[in-house]
Order: sequence, then structure tokens, then C-alpha cells
Amino acid sequence: MPHRLNISELTARLARRETSAREAMQSCLDHIGRVDSAVKAFLSYDTADALAQADRADREIAEGRTHAEKPLLGVPIALKDVLCQQGQPLNCGSKILGNYRSPYDATVVVKLKEAGAIVFGRLNMDEFAMGSSTENSAFFTTRNPWDTDRIPGGSSGGSAAAVASNECLASLGSDTGGSIRQPAALCGCIGVKPTYGRVSRYGLVAFASSLDQIGSFTKTAADAALMTQIISGHDPRDSTSLNEPVPDYRAALGNDLRGLRLGVAKEFMVGGLDPEVRDSVDAAIRQLQSLGATVEEVSLPHSEHAVATYYIIATAEASANLARFDGVRYGARVAGSDPTEMYERTRGAGFGAEVKRRIILGTYVLSSGYYDAYYLRAQKVRTLIRNDFLKAFEKVDAIVSPTTPTAAFRLGEKTQDPLQMYLSDIFTISCNLAGISGLSMPCGFTKSPKLPIGLQLLGKPLGEPTLFHIAHAYEQATGWHLERAPLA
Amino acid sequence: MSAEKFDIHYVANLARIALTPEEEQRLGSQLGNILGYVEQLRAVDVSGVEPTSHAFPLVNVVRADVRQPGLETEEALRNAPLKANGLFMVPKIVE
Repeated sequence: MPHRLNISELTARLARRETSAREAMQSCLDHIGRVDSAVKAFLSYDTADALAQADRADREIAEGRTHAEKPLLGVPIALKDVLCQQGQPLNCGSKILGNYRSPYDATVVVKLKEAGAIVFGRLNMDEFAMGSSTENSAFFTTRNPWDTDRIPGGSSGGSAAAVASNECLASLGSDTGGSIRQPAALCGCIGVKPTYGRVSRYGLVAFASSLDQIGSFTKTAADAALMTQIISGHDPRDSTSLNEPVPDYRAALGNDLRGLRLGVAKEFMVGGLDPEVRDSVDAAIRQLQSLGATVEEVSLPHSEHAVATYYIIATAEASANLARFDGVRYGARVAGSDPTEMYERTRGAGFGAEVKRRIILGTYVLSSGYYDAYYLRAQKVRTLIRNDFLKAFEKVDAIVSPTTPTAAFRLGEKTQDPLQMYLSDIFTISCNLAGISGLSMPCGFTKSPKLPIGLQLLGKPLGEPTLFHIAHAYEQATGWHLERAPLA
Repeated sequence: MSAEKFDIHYVANLARIALTPEEEQRLGSQLGNILGYVEQLRAVDVSGVEPTSHAFPLVNVVRADVRQPGLETEEALRNAPLKANGLFMVPKIVE
């Protein structure tokens, strides 16, 4: 049953010829066949292409290629439907892209393939990554593998649910305000939002370009370090990618946290926090102390304004980025008597309610007469939020918090009130505004029903090694990451 | 800006999105609530604060002015809803 393995376990078995890439891929496909009618993580997958990639990997292994050369050789990895894979469909969870197929590979897909991965499948998401539950997908809602009456989180809900239910060994998603960390927390896997600019965004459909970042979902911290290692690095095709060397993230993994200083943000441990979430996070902080870390309180006084700031900046950027969906060059066009009528009809028919809401809000905050009052002011508050973090990081190496205020909520619970849905991202959003690194990992479960609780680690810009160090030490000490969902 | 001055019809037109009357009604009231929520930013003292447009401002990222391979015309047109003679077709723009 290779689909149940993590990346390190599978590559070790492949190296010892105890299993084959084909067997691993087939095992994932069989498992998808068994459980995905309930989980609904995949929008589509190309079985023939996946098995052909697996056979190529097996040939390379037979020819003596090692995992030292290609660390993901023969490992099945799936993609959020926002990343381009050449020749495969891409819909961003939307109707407006019609029968679009990507003409090229995203840089992260090139890197995964160069590392030998079997890249397969399109994972469900909130339309254009706008949402926290996958309920904004134009196709269907993904279910939480721990309780199918509940949402998996979003927007990368398919990516989280697929890993949590063992349908693939790892996946990629994108995080603009928490879209990797929040679903990772709610489904019980490890989700990483790297530092802004660490990973090339070339081939990622843009939502809010100053906030978007690609990251991985995995079953262990070591796998998270490996995936981040592979997808990181400067790319001339993304002018915002950082031209900084990528350290050896796996070398950072250890079991001892002595000398590490952790901060607890007093603003994050406040009202609205579910008591079971609070207890689990408090216990995790004590555990980190027992591993040798020191803990002190830090203050992020402007974080209370993060959600408001985010919904101005992100929607403003989205209103510009999504202007390209006009029915001219790709997608499902609705005819009109002139171009303007064609644009309006195409966009009116093609976008769902949340996307319309955000584009219109973004258009408004950028419009003449309101720009200074909304957009410029939000950019200034963003500076204050970022400065809070930089100041805190003078005292501590990382900040610990809950990832979400509650465990997974029920389907339909927040769909009628967009603002309530937005507030479920209250702990994750400021990380994107500040451009720092972040990670969510399992730190316990609610009692009844049994649902995962996520611990968020926030690190300095390019502080990924510290996050992997803490995450690995914590998971070795607790074993929460070994718990599997009923549908896994 | 108070929510009642938010003209959904006007802004949807700027955004080139056709809305049904029901959508105008529903989105208009939801956006009113959201705008009410973001009003809190007015209370923040931002005097003397520089705006942040990117977490790491990289300016003047340039590359050598050398011809790069790009998508072939046929590839670029593959997803076009309507095409002819190697071009995207759109409704008539000028009479």
C-alpha cells in the first residue's frame, strides 16, 4: 500500500527495489478510486500520463539513477488547479476558463519534474483561490477526510484533503492569506507558506501578486523541508523572486530546540478562540519548552487590522489581475455586439459570486476619489503590520500561534456571511502582508467529533530552516502527524 | 465612505461585470457590510508611514535585451474562443 507512505519512506523503498514507481502511482490511483467519491479532492486526473511518468521513473531507477540525484524520483505529487502543467486542464475552480489547457509548465512543475516526481491531477479549490472552504469552487465542494460533513478549508482545500486522505504523497497549493496553512490545519497535514519571493510564481495564475506564494502539503516536516528545497530558488521569469541561495533545509532538522527563542503573540490568544484549540496550542507551547526552547510574549499590535487591510489590498490586486479574463484569448466567451458587452457578459456568466464580490470591491477601492482613503491607507497599515513582525523578530526566532480560531466548520455554515468566512483567516493573513515565512502542523484533535487542530509557526523572512527545525522536533516528540483520517 | 453611497451598478460597470438585478441587490448589501468593516482602518494613525506595495521592494529588475524563445502563434491561439488567420477574433470595435 505505497500510497500510505510519506516521501522519505517511499523513496527508501524505491531505492531498495521493494516497490516500483508504477506500483506507487497505481496504489494512489486505486485509493482515489476508493475514496475520492467521498473526499472529492480531484477535479480531474490523467491516468495514462501518470502511469507513463511512473514507467519513465522506473526505467531511470533501473538505469541506476539515485534519489541523491533526483530526490522525488517516482513520487506521485498532485497540483492545485491554479498551477500550469503543460497539456493538462487548468480551471482555477472556475467556469470562466472553459476547456483551457496550459501551454507550458509552471516553474515549480518544471522543478518537480526535474527532481523526478510523477506530477498528476488537478486539485479542487475555491474559485481563483478566493475562499476558505472550497465552497466557492464552481464544480463541487471538497470534503474534510476526518468528517465529510465538514469543509477541508481553503482555498487549497483539495490539496490538503488529497494528502490527508493518502490520495497522493504530497501536493502543491498557493497561499495568499492562509490558503495553504488553514486547510493544512483543518485536514491535519503540514502546510508551508514560504517567504514571499522564495518560490517562483511563474505559471501560477495570479490572485494578489504581492501576497501570493506557492507551497507544499506533506505528511511530515522532513517531507516539507524536501519539497520546499526543490521548489525554491530564483527564477528570471518571475522578477519578484529573490536572488538568494537556497539553504539545505533538511540539514536544519533536529530534535533539540535549546537556544531557540519563541514568541507568543498576545493578540492571537484572544476571544473567539475555541477552548479546545487554545488548550492544544498551550500544550504545544509547553512541549516546545520541554524540548529546550524559551518562550516569551511578543506584541503585534496592528494585527487586529490585518483582515481589513488584506481585503483592500488583495481585492485591489485581484481586480487588476483578473481583468485578463475577458473572453478574448482563452476561456468561455459569451458573445456581445461590441467588445465591452462581450467582456461584461463573459465575466457576468463566467465568475462566481465571491469572485464578483472581490473584483467589484477591488475596483471600488482603486477608483477615482477612493484610492487614498482605502488602498493607500491600507498599504500604510501594511507597513505597520510588517514592522510589528520585524520588531518581534529582534527578540525571538519564531512566533507560535493557532493556525485557525476553530477546527473545521460544517458545510454551509459560513456561506451566507462573507465577512464571517473572511474572519476564519484572522491568524494567517498578517504573514502574507508582512511577506514572512509560515507553516502549519498538526498539534492535537478536538474530542467529538475528532478533528485536527493546527499549530502555526511564523518565521523571519527566509526563516524557513528555523520553521522546519521546530516542526521536526515537535512532531518527533508528539507523533500527532501519524494520526490518519478515517478516509485515509 | 459610508455604505449607502456605494453604487454597485456604477462599480460593476467599471469592472466590466454584468450583474442581474438580484445580484446587484445581494452583492451590494454584502459589500456594504464589508466596507463597514474596513472602516476601522480610519482609526489607525498612519501619519509619516510609507506605504508597502511589496514586502521586498525589488526595483529595476532587468534582463539582457536578447531575443528569447516564446510561444509559437499556433500554441498561443490554441485556447482562443474564436480565431482566424493567426489572430484572435473579437466583435467589431469601430464602424
